[in-house]
Amino acid sequence: MIQAVGDDKTLIEFVYHEARLIDEKRFDEWYDLYAEDARYWMPLMRGQPEGAGHTSLFDEDKLLLKIRIERLRNPKSYSQAQPSWCQHILQAPSIEGRDAARGIAVLRTPFMYLEYQQDQQEVYAGVAWHHLKRGAENILIALKKIELLNCEAALPSLQLFP
Amino acid sequence: MPEYRHGTAAIRALVRDDAVHRDVYINPELFDLEMERLWRSAWTYIGHDSQVPNAGDFYTVNIARQPLLMLRGTDGAVRVLLNRCAHKGSKILGANSGNCGKLLRCSYHGWTYTLDGSLRTVPVKSGYADTRFSESEAASGLTPVANVAVYRGFVFARLNPSGASFEEYFGDCLSSIDNLADRSPVGRLEVAGAPLRYMHNSNWKMFVENLNDTMHPMVAHESSAGTARELWKDRPPDAPIPMVIEQFLPFVSNYEFFDKMGVKIYDNGHSYTGVNFSIHSSYSAIPEYAAQMEAAYGAERAQAILGESRHNTVYYPSLTVKGAIQTIRVVRPLAVDRTLIESFTLRLVGAPPALLERSAVYNRVINAPTSVVGHDDLYCYRAIQEGLASNGNEWVNLQRNYSDREKEGGLLGTHNGTSEVSMRGQFRAWVAAMTAGGAGA
Repeated sequence: MIQAVGDDKTLIEFVYHEARLIDEKRFDEWYDLYAEDARYWMPLMRGQPEGAGHTSLFDEDKLLLKIRIERLRNPKSYSQAQPSWCQHILQAPSIEGRDAARGIAVLRTPFMYLEYQQDQQEVYAGVAWHHLKRGAENILIALKKIELLNCEAALPSLQLFP
Repeated sequence: MPEYRHGTAAIRALVRDDAVHRDVYINPELFDLEMERLWRSAWTYIGHDSQVPNAGDFYTVNIARQPLLMLRGTDGAVRVLLNRCAHKGSKILGANSGNCGKLLRCSYHGWTYTLDGSLRTVPVKSGYADTRFSESEAASGLTPVANVAVYRGFVFARLNPSGASFEEYFGDCLSSIDNLADRSPVGRLEVAGAPLRYMHNSNWKMFVENLNDTMHPMVAHESSAGTARELWKDRPPDAPIPMVIEQFLPFVSNYEFFDKMGVKIYDNGHSYTGVNFSIHSSYSAIPEYAAQMEAAYGAERAQAILGESRHNTVYYPSLTVKGAIQTIRVVRPLAVDRTLIESFTLRLVGAPPALLERSAVYNRVINAPTSVVGHDDLYCYRAIQEGLASNGNEWVNLQRNYSDREKEGGLLGTHNGTSEVSMRGQFRAWVAAMTAGGAGA
């Protein structure tokens, strides 16, 4: 069953690796970690149900992720005239379950996320859930769900990727 | 620096026919006066009655520095009360929303009130015997806001006891709310879940002006909508177009498109863009919905309702409405350089779920604090907020398509879409409210 996705150490290393790619702005490598039908989701409400009946902070498919990545490189992205940088600080991920039938492993990672731009540093915290599966060559993200501690709060511009 | 509180001449000097002085955006005293004069004399948006469906349901807001609560009574009426215990002034409800049961009870000394705000009980009432308590302000209970209007579910209040009636204040501009509500086959709307809450470190007027500013999308949003266009352009023409692409692409329409869209100006600072068509006009049809609307209203009326595609309607100064995509944005000024924008998604009661999905997607992609469109808008507002500190040129130019005819009634009515006439209309309303009645002279 472990072989379905990867052993514990491999899965945990994968989660650390994903955060590092964002922090180092290695966005093409990061993008390739996502399965073709992947979802990057940050709900707006605590306990928000699945489904399209409620809006979210992020609810990206690969096309939307691609738009964000390419926009960050666009010299006319005025909000990035002074670029933002971010830092993930992760608690050790725990393996919450394995769904052998679907070939999915589920990891839970409490985190702090800092985003910095031009003398302003914002601090966020929350829990990230990774649903990982085995691709042809690599482990892939089927779903990354980010439960932000202050999801309902009035937020400033959040410009990179928690 | 001039002093603005006393007299009206200094305030009048800030607004020319085709320009405004920078102080209207950066002067803290003017912000205080806006809260006291403009925001308390205006009909401001409180909330939607679907947020308080049952007796005891409440929703708390702060308007013009007044803590308010919107509350559904046992009689089914929606009231707006000052959120202040009649005894020592504690806010009576601390949560953002919820249900208070059959009574409101103060957390400090346990005074209770019925849902219409009347004082019901005071613990050990004998302590007030022979004190002339019944003559006190406290005996009247929670202070109601006297002037409240509920229009198609939208709850507005005017905090000043006297002033223009609700109908006089908004006039025919209410047709945008009508069109939004009429898009439900049963004519009703519901707030769908929590709002997106985006903190802007800029003056509230920059946001309000931007809603009818059609000369910025092709510039400020080229990086986001333009990137979406680039990523989509090599797809085969018969590929099904994703909803987000359909929503992004019109933002980078050309100047001619936005000019022909048209803008309509009303009294008191209200206006809407998209008189003829808008960025929402070319969304894919949802056939099941069209059929429902025809069944509900008849073919001709359904066509008239859905044929409207207004872009943004400004209900000056507190509410902006996007009927064609069923989202509203609520303006909550907090300081001269701090404004909370709350974007609500609305459900058309009785319509297919695809409509709500489209609204939810649009609200997230365009209005969220995580939106690549919002990031560039806020960057521009902030750049203005900081840039206006510059000495040497103290004037903000609002001259595009200005004509002296605007002085003699030519302001009202329909204009070309890229005109800055809506901003001139807003400042005409602004200066009138800020100098009304000699304003402290």
